[in-house]
Amino acid sequence: MSSTNKTSAEKMSFAERLKGMSDTNLLLTITIVIFFLMYIGAIVFLGGGFLKPQAFFNILNANAALIILSCGLSLVMITGGIDISVGGTTALISMCCAVYLDFHGGNVPVAILIALLIGLAFGLVQGFLVAYLDIQPFIVTLAGMFFARGMTTIVNTNPFNVENEAFVALKDTRITVPGLGSVNKLGKYVPAYVGVGVIVALLVVIVMFCVLRWTKLGRQFYAVGGNKQSALMLGINVKRTKFLAHLICGLLTGIGGFVYFLYVGSGSPSHASGAEMNAIASSIIGGTMLTGGVGNIVGTFFGVLSLSTIQNIVSSAGLDEAWWTGITIAAMLCLFLVIQSLVMSFKKKA
Amino acid sequence: MQTTGKKKLGVSGLLGKLVRQQMFIPLAALLLLALFNLIVDPGFFQVSLGYNNAGNPVLSGYLITILDYGSELAILAIGMTLVTAASGGQDISVGAAIAISGSVILRVLCGRDSRPETLQAPIIVAFLVACVVAMLFGAFNGALVAYFRIQPMVATLILYTAGRSIAAWINNNELPIISEPSFAYFGGYIPGIPVPTPFFLALICMIIIAIVLRMTNLRLYTQAVGINESSSRLNGLNPELIKVLSFVILGLCVAVAGLIKVSRLSTINYSVVAKDIEMDAILAVALGGNPLGGGKFNMTASIIGAYVIQFLTTTLYKLNVQSDALPAYKAVVVIVLVVLSAPTVKDYFAGLGKKLKSQSMSKEVG
Amino acid sequence: MNETAVLLKMRGIYKSFPGVRALQNVDFTLHSGEIHALMGENGAGKSTLIKVLTGVYGKDEGEVYLEDKPVTIHSPQDAQKVGISTVYQEITLCPNLSVAENMFIGRTSGIGQNWKKMNEDAGRILQSLDIPAKATQQLGSCSIAVQQMVAIARAVDMDCKVLILDEPTSSLDEQEVEKLFKLMRSLKEKGVGIIFVTHFLEQVYEVCDKITVLRDGKLVGEYVIEDLPRVQLVAKMLGKEMDDLADIKGDQPTFERKEGDLPVFEAEGLQSNAGIKPFNFHIDKGEVNGFTGLLGSGRSECVRAIFGADRIIGGTVKKHGKPVKISKPLDAMKNGIAYLPEDRKVDGIVGDLSVRDNIILAAQLLRGFFRPFTKAEANQFADEYIKLLSIKTASADTPIKSLSGGNQQKVILARWLMTHPEYLILDEPTRGIDIGTKVDIQKLVLKLASEGTSVTFISSEMDEMLRTCSRLIVMRDRRVVGELSGEELSQAMIMNTIAGGDK
Repeated sequence: MSSTNKTSAEKMSFAERLKGMSDTNLLLTITIVIFFLMYIGAIVFLGGGFLKPQAFFNILNANAALIILSCGLSLVMITGGIDISVGGTTALISMCCAVYLDFHGGNVPVAILIALLIGLAFGLVQGFLVAYLDIQPFIVTLAGMFFARGMTTIVNTNPFNVENEAFVALKDTRITVPGLGSVNKLGKYVPAYVGVGVIVALLVVIVMFCVLRWTKLGRQFYAVGGNKQSALMLGINVKRTKFLAHLICGLLTGIGGFVYFLYVGSGSPSHASGAEMNAIASSIIGGTMLTGGVGNIVGTFFGVLSLSTIQNIVSSAGLDEAWWTGITIAAMLCLFLVIQSLVMSFKKKA
Repeated sequence: MQTTGKKKLGVSGLLGKLVRQQMFIPLAALLLLALFNLIVDPGFFQVSLGYNNAGNPVLSGYLITILDYGSELAILAIGMTLVTAASGGQDISVGAAIAISGSVILRVLCGRDSRPETLQAPIIVAFLVACVVAMLFGAFNGALVAYFRIQPMVATLILYTAGRSIAAWINNNELPIISEPSFAYFGGYIPGIPVPTPFFLALICMIIIAIVLRMTNLRLYTQAVGINESSSRLNGLNPELIKVLSFVILGLCVAVAGLIKVSRLSTINYSVVAKDIEMDAILAVALGGNPLGGGKFNMTASIIGAYVIQFLTTTLYKLNVQSDALPAYKAVVVIVLVVLSAPTVKDYFAGLGKKLKSQSMSKEVG
Repeated sequence: MNETAVLLKMRGIYKSFPGVRALQNVDFTLHSGEIHALMGENGAGKSTLIKVLTGVYGKDEGEVYLEDKPVTIHSPQDAQKVGISTVYQEITLCPNLSVAENMFIGRTSGIGQNWKKMNEDAGRILQSLDIPAKATQQLGSCSIAVQQMVAIARAVDMDCKVLILDEPTSSLDEQEVEKLFKLMRSLKEKGVGIIFVTHFLEQVYEVCDKITVLRDGKLVGEYVIEDLPRVQLVAKMLGKEMDDLADIKGDQPTFERKEGDLPVFEAEGLQSNAGIKPFNFHIDKGEVNGFTGLLGSGRSECVRAIFGADRIIGGTVKKHGKPVKISKPLDAMKNGIAYLPEDRKVDGIVGDLSVRDNIILAAQLLRGFFRPFTKAEANQFADEYIKLLSIKTASADTPIKSLSGGNQQKVILARWLMTHPEYLILDEPTRGIDIGTKVDIQKLVLKLASEGTSVTFISSEMDEMLRTCSRLIVMRDRRVVGELSGEELSQAMIMNTIAGGDK
């Protein structure tokens, strides 16, 4: 009996193998494979620019904040919720920090504290409304987004650059990546570098991955997203879990907001416009399902990279007209969604 | 036992019943806003007859502004309600779709020249082309939702991201301007009629949907699909078709709203036109007490919800709130409203009412 | 039977919902090492009592004592903590997590998740209970029966004092039920008190020690199993003496078929994408036949194929000898076929819609999109069928989801009767509903047949099939393996055919 089982296991067909794989791992694999295919495609068709390590690290530099925001969003999406306030909150954080640093002569650590507190406050209120009053997350965070955007204008209407010295120094800090670099036009070796934000983003990715994978709380997020009613019956405090998801997302938005601020170095009401959509798109491309219960932080990381790689490809391909970016991102999103949908339905049938 | 219990429903019971009515929230919100304005400045309700630049009689006043600018929202709320009911999700691409259909209208009217002396095509043709285009985009969204089983919000995220770019692409990123005065009728006034035209357009849409809901099974089918897709299928329904249909109807609503939007300005600004209107439209549906998870719906409540939102916007404008800061105030009002209508909060109040009732009952017995 | 310590005591429990008094002054006592059946018709208050005990609902009044200490239970978590675990009829596990996770989540302390240890522990438990699943497998990829077993494994492993099994057997086949009973007996040996809720009388008499009967939210009484014969139990549950359960076939005249009539419906080599082998099938006017076989043998899939509910990938169908094309449910409906699905909750009711809308739904579909019933017509039809099938509902406007299971089933039946079908397919119409309604439905089937309607009747309870059907199609492993009629219709013969004894 057992021997026949073994041989049949060895001869597992593709469909069976697909079926044995958990939804999360399956979507993660698809994401990573597609990202590498895309990056290789970019190198082959668009030339050496993409081959330089710095090209890759620039993607990281520009998207450190988005990675952090997407992590928070993935978490909320895994529990079956959504948070569309992250972009607005980011703008509010940038503006508050900028005003504090430049108009009130503040120092950087307090600015970071302000950023974290704003993020946590949003997470706290939204989490309470969603989890304990059972209001639809879409509506709550929509209001959160409106509120944050409106508040940004109320704090300060005009965009301005921050000139606080300590802040500018932190902003310009470059951390060289050992062993990687390229020779520039003058024949000088330039080591590849990343900004402070990238380090923070990578730390966030690692911590969040560990939390979701190796802690009880992390698995509870998945359980709640998989089936709320069942999770309750399994003895999980569903309300608290949902609340925590929003709270952590708020905290990450605080971190991400400051990293964003560090990258742009200015305050403006129009900052981070559409960041929530980019974050949602990244999470989805990374294999998080909006229905909840399925997703992976590593996938989200690759989701952000895929999204920005596509943007880079579009601009390098000479399609500079502004509308092409929007259209290609949309097409990419469409492609991923359709692939996910087809794979999942194929799996169901298999 | 039960019948006597029913008869003894006191004031608190009646109140509880009222609070559980779906129309309660939008109407109460409307009442509160009206009351607020009445206290702050009764002049809010003043409507006066004047003459505009062209010498036509026009009504003016804040109430007229609400009727005027609430129209697009009311029209969108009709389609959004159906989409919400059938698919259990919302279309967040309506703003972008309005940009597309507005762009199409201008493109057809202008032809190659971006500043034509005369219209290159009748307005009705331009409008019909926009209808077809908007319905096709609606069908695209619907197909993603129905056949690929992608959650509506995510599926429409695609068009949300691409829509304004597509709109710009349709007109080669130029900004056509229509000088023909009759084009401005749709977003302004028809000479001789002092009521803004958008209101009439909204009214026509409402009448049509009322007739459709009465003469067809749209309501039953949509609700059945939204509540239980699998059992709908076994009862002979085609859930995919119903979902696509709801998105196509929303497309039609988008085309009408697009016509009003471009007619107001006689031109278009791709990145600003109908900005955030999807949020307002979704809020209108939510404010109308319709479950955003799909299923049962109440069209009238959604339409009232749309006007309530415009009422709020106008009130805030009147209080000299900066247009960019507007969302912050709106958000607070929205949160208060949804908190009040949240089932848990409602139950809490109902429990309170029950306690009061039982106390009075025990007094009677004692 | 020697008297053991009282484990759980519920005294004077009251619970009401808007418009319904679900429990009134109910007492319940459970001793350790006892299997205690909780019986009652649907709506009698069994589920409510269970949910009060497990903290899903708060009680209005009453006391709960565990080992003579009063306990307050506000949530399923609290219940787990004091040692009460529950296995529900519906799977209450998370399909997106692995089998092992589902067994351990929410009940172990600590922050970290030790995957290796968890998978090993889970693997050991699965093996000891003989459950055919891997610890690392995603739960959603297991069959429903295996998922149910995992739920039981979880509850069993939880070092519980009180184990509640709320209709756990309705989705299990006989072997699995036997396995479950073995498990229950071994737990009993260990001193666990088990509350067993089921509709299957045979199972009660097979494993239980005591029976508590509820009716209309009130306690009827607690009985030792030996003192309460089956007939009396049924009488207690129904509140009246049961006389007509035994033979209802004789009550109805059989339909007189004319010579030379072609079958109402005929299928040849029919096959759907649900994994059944092509099969032939026919039914005559006024005939009641049935598909029988173990769970998962393809009974439901066959009738779904007839109705066009799954994608048809082969075969021809004829109606009155004329070929017709049935590729989707609407085609079948237009050809006078009606289908009451197996899973009432998922495929039958439209929960939030009113009883009225649920009744008119199918007939409305046949009438067409542009010809809705007027309000008056709809009301009239609804009232007619509510009366005809004596559906217990507050009004035709009540959402169907607030009705009890049996009444929901009647509404679905009303929906199809309203289309005046020539051929009615009933897939497990009696599952999970009370005995009174079961008998009503069986009688109705025979009455319809006597009036000339053809009926296919599927039930997991063999005696139900034997009572109603004049011909049985036997299935095994997704193919038709035999057909029995007339003298061959006996429990033994069916078992024999299912087991493959005809070869």
